[in-house]
Amino acid sequence: MNSKLQKQLLKRSKAAKIERLGKGVSFLALMLIVLTVFAIIIFVTSKGLSTFFSNHVNVIDFLTGKNWNPNVTNAKGQPEVGALPMITGSFVVTILSALLATPFAIGTAIFMTEISPQRGARILQPVTELLVGIPSVVYGFIGLTVVVPAVRAVFGGSGFGILSGTFVLFVMILPTVTSMSVDALHSVPRYYREAALALGATQWQTIYKVVLRAATPGMLTAIVFGMARAFGEALAVQMVIGNAALLPTSLVSPASTLTSVLTTGIGNTVMGSMQNNALWSLALVLLIMSLIFNLIIRLIGRRGAITK
Amino acid sequence: MNPKLSNRIAITTLYVIASLIVLILAALLGYIIISGLPALSWHFLTSPARAFTSGGGIGIQLFNSFYLLILTMLISFPIALGAGIFLNEYAKQNWVTSLVRTSIEILSSLPSVVVGLFGFLIFVVRFNFGFSILSGAFALTFFNLPLLTRSIEEALAAVPDEQREGGLALGLSKWETVTHIIVPAALPTILTGVILSAGRIFGEAAALIFTAGQSAPALDFGDWNPFNISSPLNPMRPAETLAVHIWKINSEGIMPDAKAISSGASAVLVISVLAFNLLARFIGRRLFKRFTAG
Repeated sequence: MNSKLQKQLLKRSKAAKIERLGKGVSFLALMLIVLTVFAIIIFVTSKGLSTFFSNHVNVIDFLTGKNWNPNVTNAKGQPEVGALPMITGSFVVTILSALLATPFAIGTAIFMTEISPQRGARILQPVTELLVGIPSVVYGFIGLTVVVPAVRAVFGGSGFGILSGTFVLFVMILPTVTSMSVDALHSVPRYYREAALALGATQWQTIYKVVLRAATPGMLTAIVFGMARAFGEALAVQMVIGNAALLPTSLVSPASTLTSVLTTGIGNTVMGSMQNNALWSLALVLLIMSLIFNLIIRLIGRRGAITK
Repeated sequence: MNPKLSNRIAITTLYVIASLIVLILAALLGYIIISGLPALSWHFLTSPARAFTSGGGIGIQLFNSFYLLILTMLISFPIALGAGIFLNEYAKQNWVTSLVRTSIEILSSLPSVVVGLFGFLIFVVRFNFGFSILSGAFALTFFNLPLLTRSIEEALAAVPDEQREGGLALGLSKWETVTHIIVPAALPTILTGVILSAGRIFGEAAALIFTAGQSAPALDFGDWNPFNISSPLNPMRPAETLAVHIWKINSEGIMPDAKAISSGASAVLVISVLAFNLLARFIGRRLFKRFTAG
């Protein structure tokens, strides 16, 4: 009798069993996400490296070569897979669109937090949310029907090229950078502003000399985030950049980016072939750049957290 | 220049910039809606696409988009909910948690092409699913998980700790507290997050080109047996979505009325996303009122 009671008391209760089950299942769900990330990194890396290991292309040649023509072998008996035109294209559109978007995004963010918080919340907040929501193919389509003809009319050429890509990406990253800058400005303590105003500073002096300085790390994070988005954007850029794997000679000559070559190429090559491996190497470059952007964001975050 | 003048110049400039942004959005929306509306009709929304002649519609693509959205949500919501619960309620501050958070951040910032290529490699090639709705739904799940997890976690974190203490004080286990008190309390916010991410999934194309495929075979809308090849419900058929359709007809350039079709399809996409946004606000507010008796 006693031992039966003891057994019953020492047994795990129903609630405790459910507790363990629930905790275990939710932990598994979380681990699934982590596993996915590792799987993506491992698979893309191993596919991307096969160009260098099984097709014996030199890494330096790959990164600095100017000719992209995986079907042709060059004088050294190696396929012509110079990725420099695409890498250049990706970096140029990213940097240009970030340069263009930054003043607009920060200006809007300041307006929303410092000048007119009411209008900011009622008008500009929904505006930025809607801009984020417009799908990238729609941006690409508008780029194709509005931006490209406009660039053609003003600057000549075909209209396809870096400049059109920059304009499209500018509108696409603008809301991201804006809303993150707003968060950065909001995290500046109110007494910073009060102290500056009490010292007799004008509103602009307060913004420029105090608030913006305090929010700089957050702003930088916002810009890098926007750049990461621009670097990885595929379809919208692919539709307006012209898709010529050449080193861009001007802002209005057809060019290409890592993503644009990937979207047009992967479907036309056979898995495991040289041409296909070369594309996976481009994907690897893309992945590595995405990781680097992540790292930069973390470094900025660690350096510049506001300490009170 | 005296401070007062520079103050006025700066603030005027900020006004100009802010109104420019509003102008850009107004112009974009106006252009999409005005150029797309003439194409919209019942025929356009329901009839299948035609590749070489004009007068086709977007019926199958529209259905595919919704079907893919529902499948993706069915797969990703339970996972994101579990992960969100663990992160907010159970996770301790240690290196495992910070590793998990880092991975989620990495996944959320990966270019969607890379996610699509990974889905292509794993599901289309290795698991031999082919270009299919299922491959597309898995790829979209990867794309959707980090943001959805984060929004669910934030929703749970916004529930005040008194609720947890109340549950525990009544003798509920932690899991029971979470499932019976915390999740219901966070439901309005969770739902808003789900609907917003639905809008993102609906417009995604880059991750789908190599997973759900770029072709939309004819469907027999009288056949709802998921195992038949022409059934709309068959998850193993290739399914071009609306967003992929816009991309494809513009880059191929063989459809004679590609521009009109894309305008119409863009308008449908943007209107749907707008509707998702409004719905998210409306439902969030409505549920919140009901739950808080406010």
